[in-house]
Amino acid sequence: MWQATEDMLAPIATGAGILGTGGGGNPYIGQLRAQQALKRWGPVTVLAPEEVPEDAKVVCVGGIGAPTVGIEKVRDLQSYYALRAIEEFTSERATALISNEIGGSNSVEVMIAAAKAGLPIVDADGMGRAFPEFQMKTFFVYGVPCCPMSIADEKGNSIIIRETITPAWAERLARATTIQMGCVACYAVAPMTAQQVRDTAVPNTLSLARDLGLAVQQAHDTGGDPLAAILETCPGRTLFSGKVVDLDRRTTGGFARGTVAIDGMDDFAGCRMVIDFQNENLVARVDGEIVCTVPDLICAVATDGGEPVTTELMRYGLRVTILGFPAPALWTTPQGLAEAGPHHFGYETEYIPLKVAGD
Amino acid sequence: MFIGVDVGGTNTDAVLMDGNRLVAAAKVPTTGDVTTGIVGAVSELRRQHPAGHIDAVMVGTTHFTNALLERRDLSPTAVLRLCLPATQLLPPLVDWPDELRVAIGGQTWMVGGGNEFDGREISALDRDGIREAVREMRRQGIRAVAVCGVFSPVDPRHEEEAAAIIHEYAPELRVCLSHENGRMGLLERENAAALNACLGDVAHRTVQGIAGALKQLGIDAPLFMSQNDGTLMDTDFAARFPVLTISSGPTNSMRGAAWLSGITDGIVVDVGGTSTDVGALVKGFPRESAVAVHLAGVRTNFRIPDMVSIALGGGTVVTPEPWRMGPESVGYRLTEEALVFGGNTLTTTDLAVAAGRADVGNRQLVAGLEASLVERAMTEIQDRVETAVDRVKLSGEDVPVVLVGGGSILLGDALAGASEVLRPEHSGVANAIGAAIAQVGGQMERVYSLETEGRAEAIADCSAGAVQRAVAAGADPATVEVVDVEEVPLTYVPSNATLVRVRAVGNLALSSPQK
Repeated sequence: MWQATEDMLAPIATGAGILGTGGGGNPYIGQLRAQQALKRWGPVTVLAPEEVPEDAKVVCVGGIGAPTVGIEKVRDLQSYYALRAIEEFTSERATALISNEIGGSNSVEVMIAAAKAGLPIVDADGMGRAFPEFQMKTFFVYGVPCCPMSIADEKGNSIIIRETITPAWAERLARATTIQMGCVACYAVAPMTAQQVRDTAVPNTLSLARDLGLAVQQAHDTGGDPLAAILETCPGRTLFSGKVVDLDRRTTGGFARGTVAIDGMDDFAGCRMVIDFQNENLVARVDGEIVCTVPDLICAVATDGGEPVTTELMRYGLRVTILGFPAPALWTTPQGLAEAGPHHFGYETEYIPLKVAGD
Repeated sequence: MFIGVDVGGTNTDAVLMDGNRLVAAAKVPTTGDVTTGIVGAVSELRRQHPAGHIDAVMVGTTHFTNALLERRDLSPTAVLRLCLPATQLLPPLVDWPDELRVAIGGQTWMVGGGNEFDGREISALDRDGIREAVREMRRQGIRAVAVCGVFSPVDPRHEEEAAAIIHEYAPELRVCLSHENGRMGLLERENAAALNACLGDVAHRTVQGIAGALKQLGIDAPLFMSQNDGTLMDTDFAARFPVLTISSGPTNSMRGAAWLSGITDGIVVDVGGTSTDVGALVKGFPRESAVAVHLAGVRTNFRIPDMVSIALGGGTVVTPEPWRMGPESVGYRLTEEALVFGGNTLTTTDLAVAAGRADVGNRQLVAGLEASLVERAMTEIQDRVETAVDRVKLSGEDVPVVLVGGGSILLGDALAGASEVLRPEHSGVANAIGAAIAQVGGQMERVYSLETEGRAEAIADCSAGAVQRAVAAGADPATVEVVDVEEVPLTYVPSNATLVRVRAVGNLALSSPQK
């Protein structure tokens, strides 16, 4: 158990940015909002999954909408309103909250709802990284129903999706509702049990994000190597390092898709890496050979500072290092891969687990 | 004829231009009050070339913004956001440094109003709420108010109506509307409006001071100020939007380099005494930065040139053992401290003279430098500049590189990544030339649903708005053209909603005939 306080928000944002694997958008507004929430309502207690009481009712909350709209119509307390809506519909009071997604800036929604409601949050989430769609959560892969769920806007409107035939249908209906609500909504899913959380959530991801951020910060403060500090905190491998030489980015079907090409430097001189992305980085190849695929994490960080580099920030000339981290175990089973493996994103390649030292 | 003036941190440069001809140039030290330096430089121009009618005077200065850094002369300012029930968690001025927020009074209000991304109202404009806020502002002695509506770049009507209500109940309040000079990004646009509002008084006084001084010199021509996007604004506009002057110096320098070299697309390397600024030219204008700009600690989204600065200039100090080049520099004391000028400090200029690249001072004084030392220095200078050039490029293709600034003597005639290297004449006053040749621009930004409006119609509509704004700002309608169209699709919004941003520029419309 630990307390999430204001001074931890910056490291959490850095760590969540790294785990965002290129997606997750601009963290500035999210961090500022979480800071205001903690200032007003105090720090939030974080429970390890094994500390969650047996009779707990754990509600998953998250944001849904368009990041480009969220910089203008800044999100308010939508996650708290969604929480109250699902509690009322299910006639159950939440005793703890859990994040939908650690990667990127989405993880602040749970922090804001928890601060306002005075509830603890679980040190875990439904992805252990970032993914583009609502239904891509370990909870749903392992049988937690995604409905009933609530969606709320900032005006006092809320809607319940009572039942859908698949989680993908929930995404479709939620997306349509969100657009009508003005594209910065939040959702809350009917409570899970403590056992469900322990069985289906990716554990210890908030503390991992915090530790990654602290490691980068400490390396900066002491003149250490931030990349080494990241790899010490989270076992992974340097896949590549070089200079961005080409970027092809387009928006189709509401997603930012494209490729980024990186020419190797130092140990990787003479080689070229090409990364395909759809909001998040999906597949990394070196000279045509696949070296890492989704659901393993393909994370770009600034070579000289270790700060996360999202696909929006990629541009010609940037010096980046690409780190690979093995996917959480819940994603590498046949069920996990069916929802978030290379085939799901339209690739013919099979998933080949990333090897890291010690394996 | 036009007079262009650029007030830099060290020097005030001025040029007299007759059409496309540089007639006279002057360089004097910048003064604390700005005006004395301008008068000195302009007087020197008139001494060199007394004849000729002056059609306009263009001045680039960032002086107004110093008031922010020093937190003096700031008007008591309120911020009124049209937003409720949205965005309450982050009230106006939330990310300002405490001292600056206190210095402007820090009063903020949020009332019902604002729009969704597609133009629908978040809620009806709360007129009673605005009246009540205005009454309170008057009681508190507020002098300026920044009004910011959610998605006002999509639909400015709530902001405009709020301004009308404020004007009706408190005509003495100066009003800044966020949609008039900001782009998407609520906090950044609101911050920009608040900065403009609080600087209104000091900007008005400064502009009046410069105008009065020019009159005393017998120059009865319209005065324009340089904006950071390389276009001009008249004095009324400058007093309303003083923050648009930030970074006008580097912008003018790059625009001047483009004019002097005839290069419209390429890289400009401006080597000064202490540092080197490298930026990209696109259609004769500096490419703008995409990242947030902080001004006196306040986050804004102003358009400033996307530049890379490195600590390397003509005065950069070199120590052979252990090897070090900069970041220290002798700066403007180069002509006293460098070896070639009889001084005792080894600088990059000395090494460039020893290498035969430059010919300044007394070559004999550096004849004894070791060849390996000279070569190492030349290689490192070249490497650092080439890396900076590479960082501002958007693709791997070779492009023309224009060298300006006194320190450009450090560089050879070839650079990796350059298709050609140009060293135009008069590059020491490129910044003042940039001010003198500036055009008048207008920018428009809106979200369109490309499913209901075609892409062509959306761009045409936005272009018409930009052209209209350029003409309103003083451009000759016959010369206005669209120079930039940017489309930003909104991800996760399947209805193909796209942010379109258009910039148009034209020549300054002159009331008196040119020449």
